[in-house]
Amino acid sequence: MTLVSRRTLMTGSAGLLLAGCDRINSSPSVTHTLDLAEGLAYRTQRLIVGREALAPEYGVGDLSPVFRSNGNALPRSPIWQGLAASGFRDWRLRVDGLVRRRLALSHGQLRALPRRTQITRHDCVEGWSAIGQWTGVQLSLVLALAGLARDARYIVFHCFDDFSGTPYYESIDLVDAFHPQTILAYGLNGKPLPIQNGAPLRLRVERQLGYKHAKFLDRIEAVASLKDIAGGKGGFWEDVTGYEWYAGI
Amino acid sequence: MADRHSDPDLAPGMVVTRHRWPTRVWHWLNALTVFVMLMSGLMIFNAHPRLYWGRYGANFDHAWLQIGADSRGGFVNVEGLRVPTTGVLGQWHDRSGAVQTRAFPWWATIPSHYDLAGSRRWHLAFAWLLVVPGLLYWLWSFARGHFCRDLLPRAAELRPSHVWQDVKDHARLRFPTGAAALRYNILQKLSYFGVIFVALPLLVLTGLMMSPGMDAALPWLLALMGGRQSARSIHFVCAVAIAAFIAVHILMVLLAGPRNELRSIVTGRYRLPGRRA
Repeated sequence: MTLVSRRTLMTGSAGLLLAGCDRINSSPSVTHTLDLAEGLAYRTQRLIVGREALAPEYGVGDLSPVFRSNGNALPRSPIWQGLAASGFRDWRLRVDGLVRRRLALSHGQLRALPRRTQITRHDCVEGWSAIGQWTGVQLSLVLALAGLARDARYIVFHCFDDFSGTPYYESIDLVDAFHPQTILAYGLNGKPLPIQNGAPLRLRVERQLGYKHAKFLDRIEAVASLKDIAGGKGGFWEDVTGYEWYAGI
Repeated sequence: MADRHSDPDLAPGMVVTRHRWPTRVWHWLNALTVFVMLMSGLMIFNAHPRLYWGRYGANFDHAWLQIGADSRGGFVNVEGLRVPTTGVLGQWHDRSGAVQTRAFPWWATIPSHYDLAGSRRWHLAFAWLLVVPGLLYWLWSFARGHFCRDLLPRAAELRPSHVWQDVKDHARLRFPTGAAALRYNILQKLSYFGVIFVALPLLVLTGLMMSPGMDAALPWLLALMGGRQSARSIHFVCAVAIAAFIAVHILMVLLAGPRNELRSIVTGRYRLPGRRA
C-alpha cells in the first residue's frame, strides 16, 4: 500500500516536473534565451578557430567501408529527374544574387577548373560519422569567377530535393565560403558523385555538421541577409525544426 | 588556515563552518546544470543510440554499445552481450500508453518527446553554465588551497590497507565523528577528485571534440582521444560515471544525516556528529 502510493507519488511528481520542463521547452522566451548560446558558440569559434584552420584530413586506410547516405536519396523534382536521365548533360550550376557576373556552369566547365581532393569526416547532427574522399572545385574559385558584390554576406545553396514539397536549402557565411576545404564536390571515393550522396554536385563545408552540406545543387545565390529566404533562418532544418544555423558544434 | 581536523577543542555537537560559499554556490548551480546536461544528453543519444571506437562510425560499422528494440523487445547490446530491457530502455510506454522504441524513455530526457534540435539547444546552452563556473571553481580551489588541503589524496591514504579499511567502514556505515568528520576520507577524496578533475574535464574536452569546428582548432586533442567516435563513447561513459556518482552521493547524504548535510551545503554550517546508536 505504502509502496504503491509512494510509487504513484514519485511518478506523479516526475510527470509534473517533466510536464513543467516541456512547457519551459516550448516557451518562446526560453527558446530565445537558449538560442543566445548559438550566437555565443558561433562568435567564440570564429574568435578562437583560425579562418584557415583545416578540418582533419585522413588517409585512404581511414575510409568508411560504406559511406552512409542521409536525408533525401532521390529528388522527386521532375526537372532534376529529366536532367539525371540525360546524365546531367544539360544541368547548369547557376550563380547569381549579389554578384558582378551571373554564371551558368556546366559539369565540364566545373571539372575544367583546378580540382581539390580531400579525405574528410562527415559528422551528422544525430551523432554518427563517416569518412569519405571528396573531389571538386573550391567554392572560392567559383565565387571569384562571379565576383561578389560589396554587400554580399552569405552564400545560399538552393537544392533540387524537397521534404513534403518544401525545397531544401542551406547557407554559410563568407569565412566558410572562402575556406580552402569548402568545395563543390562532384566525386566521392574516386567515382562520380552517387545520386544518394547528392549528384550532380553537392557542398562540402568541412567544419560544420552534415545538414549544412547541401546536396543536389541547382543554384548558388549571394545575399546580404537571410531574412527574406524561405523561413528566414538560413536553412531547411533551421526553419523547420530549429537546428542551429551555425553548425560548427 | 590551521588544521582543524585534529583540533581538540572541536567536540561532537559543535556547529562549525564547513563549506565556503564558492563550494555551496557551485554545488547548487551544478545540481541544476548537471541534470539538464544529463537528460538533454540522453535525448541527443536517442538520435543515434549506438557507440563506436575510432574515427568514424555509422550504421554499417561495428558498435560496441547499442540500445534498441527487436521482435523480442527492448535491449542493450554491449559487445554482443544482449541484455533485455523492455519497459525501460529501447522499448517503453510513453505517457499516453503508446509503445515507443527510442533508447532512453520519456522520463529520463529533456524534452520528454523526441526532439533533437530542442535537446541540443538545452545541452549547448547549459554547457556554458557547466564550463565557465567550473573553471572559476577550479581557479578558486587551487588559489585558496581547497584542492591541496581537502581533495588531493595523500600517499599514506592511497595504501591499499588504508583504502580497504575505508571500504569496510563505508560498508558497515561507520562514519567518522567529531572533528574527524570534517576531513574527507579516501573514498570521498577519490570520488570528488575524480569528478572534479577527471570526469568533468574529460566530459568537456570530449564534448568539444565532437564539434567539427573545434576539431579544426585542436586536431591533436582529437587524435589524443582516438577520433571523434571514441570521443563520443568516452563522453557517454563519463556521463554514466557522473550519474552513478550522484546516486551514491545522495545515498551517502541520506545515510550520514540529511538534515545536517543539507544545512552544511546550503548555509555552510555543520554540526560535528557524535557516535550514533
